[in-house]
Amino acid sequence: MSGFMAIFWKELADHFTSKRFIILSLLIYLAGLATIYVAAQNIRSGVTEDTQFIFLRLFIVSGKTLPFSFPLFLSIFIPIVGISLGFDAINSERTSGNLSRLLAQPVYRDSVVNGKFLAGLVTLAILVVSIVAIVAGMGLRMIGVPPSAEEVLRLFAFIFASIIYGAFWMSLAVLFSVFFRRTATSALASIALWIFLFLFMSMIAGVIAGAVVPIDQNSSVELITQNDELYRMISRISPGTLYGETVQVLLMPELGNPSATLMMVSIYTAGMIPSPLPLGQSLLIIWPQLVSLIALTALCFAISYIRFMREEIRAT
Amino acid sequence: MSQQGVIEIADLTKKYSDFVAVDKLNLHIDEGEVFGFLGPNGAGKTTTILMLLGLTEPTSGNARVCGYDPIREPLKVKRIAGYLPEKVGFYEDLTARQNLEYIAALNGLPREDASRKIEELLDTVGLSEVADQKVGQFSHGMQQRLGIADVMIKDPKVAFFDEPTAGIDPEGIEQILAIITNMARKKITVVLSSHQLHQVQRVCTRVGILAKGRLVIEGSVDHLGRDAIGGGKFRIEVQVLQSTPNLISSIKNINGVVNVESSGDLLLISCDEDLRPQIARTVVDSGSLLAQMKIEEYGLEQIYMKYFRES
Repeated sequence: MSGFMAIFWKELADHFTSKRFIILSLLIYLAGLATIYVAAQNIRSGVTEDTQFIFLRLFIVSGKTLPFSFPLFLSIFIPIVGISLGFDAINSERTSGNLSRLLAQPVYRDSVVNGKFLAGLVTLAILVVSIVAIVAGMGLRMIGVPPSAEEVLRLFAFIFASIIYGAFWMSLAVLFSVFFRRTATSALASIALWIFLFLFMSMIAGVIAGAVVPIDQNSSVELITQNDELYRMISRISPGTLYGETVQVLLMPELGNPSATLMMVSIYTAGMIPSPLPLGQSLLIIWPQLVSLIALTALCFAISYIRFMREEIRAT
Repeated sequence: MSQQGVIEIADLTKKYSDFVAVDKLNLHIDEGEVFGFLGPNGAGKTTTILMLLGLTEPTSGNARVCGYDPIREPLKVKRIAGYLPEKVGFYEDLTARQNLEYIAALNGLPREDASRKIEELLDTVGLSEVADQKVGQFSHGMQQRLGIADVMIKDPKVAFFDEPTAGIDPEGIEQILAIITNMARKKITVVLSSHQLHQVQRVCTRVGILAKGRLVIEGSVDHLGRDAIGGGKFRIEVQVLQSTPNLISSIKNINGVVNVESSGDLLLISCDEDLRPQIARTVVDSGSLLAQMKIEEYGLEQIYMKYFRES
């Protein structure tokens, strides 16, 4: 146990003093501040007397000068942070000649993985919490509307989901760091996968959905819905989609369904304006997404764990 | 040899698919010995050490370190055994002191004990002045000495050094060997793997030569010489002109001469001591002419070469 704590504290200290982490966190703080500034400028548009959840709007409004909302920023940066925290976890120890020295100490081998993973998770959590806190604080000052209790709870859920999303990318990067001997390879593999999922997954999903359920302007609502459902099923292979849907539902309580298109359809068909859902209902909607993210994280972690435990230290 | 040795190896075998790295190795090392593991690259030295530490699982056979089984009780072994890998590395962004503090923490040493111990060890290995410099700036020799401090921090009963002197300048080698000799004085058993024979010869009480995973010979350096060459420690080559028939037998009668061979006008004499004066007198007394005389001391190198030519 002492070994685990020693590894945890050392890794944590390493993360916080590494230039990599300092550069990334500066970048993220900057992005956060920029979005909140733009949001505060634009928040008045579209707010009416009976608009609820004004505080949450701070996090989703974007403007012309900066067409990125805060969650979109996070969905881009969190994978990068996660990858940067994990991609060299094991293989850098090996290439630097530290691994065999480390494993010759009286610590269980799983303490090494666990300690590193937990240190990465804590670093990630601190980063996410602090950025959300900064944005919320700035926003509070700018618009002067305090958040309601439900808004605070929704923000906590948002933070939790963001940490899970980061943990997924970190555990994926750790997995690559166990499998690839060189840090450059594991970094590139993680980033390549991220770019693929981020840029190409929705494209591929669109093509497949279009091929299976072809639609045009005269298609029936049923067909459009089918096409959309298929599209969403496929694009949910990407954890980014899961995270995006989660965040949407959490930060836009009036959204009863993670799919914007589908909501349009429901308004169109039922002719009703959606009213905000209570937090419990929102959570229920995104529960599968959250669980999937957690499961993916656990899966990556388990594979790297088993692989690392079984690996032999060889004389080379 | 009857009592339990610090290291006991019985029929230890390690196979990597079809390649046999270590083949039925048997070995017994007593407390306080400095055992030299010799052999060319790929002979299985490092693999053996890794198996003794429980970092690699043997295919078959048994090993005990201070009575503990490295497979079943790896943590107990790692608590009492220090290991300096061949390509040792440290966290380059940390100072020498921080690196040692980390290892001390991993060994569960209380903070104050650790800092006192680290001070002491840095002094022992001559790194006190650079204790707060980042290890990234250290030379190879300094890293190697830091590695020794790293091994010592847990007060090991056994220390494994894998090629501790590879790629180090002569002065650095002197320092490292001195530290190793000192460890042996403190009753720490040292296992040293190396192919730098001169150094091994100087510090080891016993050596074992590994070739292709097998221990071809083991024993003290003096003994090995006798077994290997079938003669004494020294080889004296004498060129004699006009040799008389009974010269060889009279040389054989000199006390300490083990064997005499002749080839042409050369006599190859192996003996336990430097007997050049006596041999010279015998040759002259017998009426032959002594043309030249050369002496060679048998070192590990000859023994080593002999075994490698055979294997």
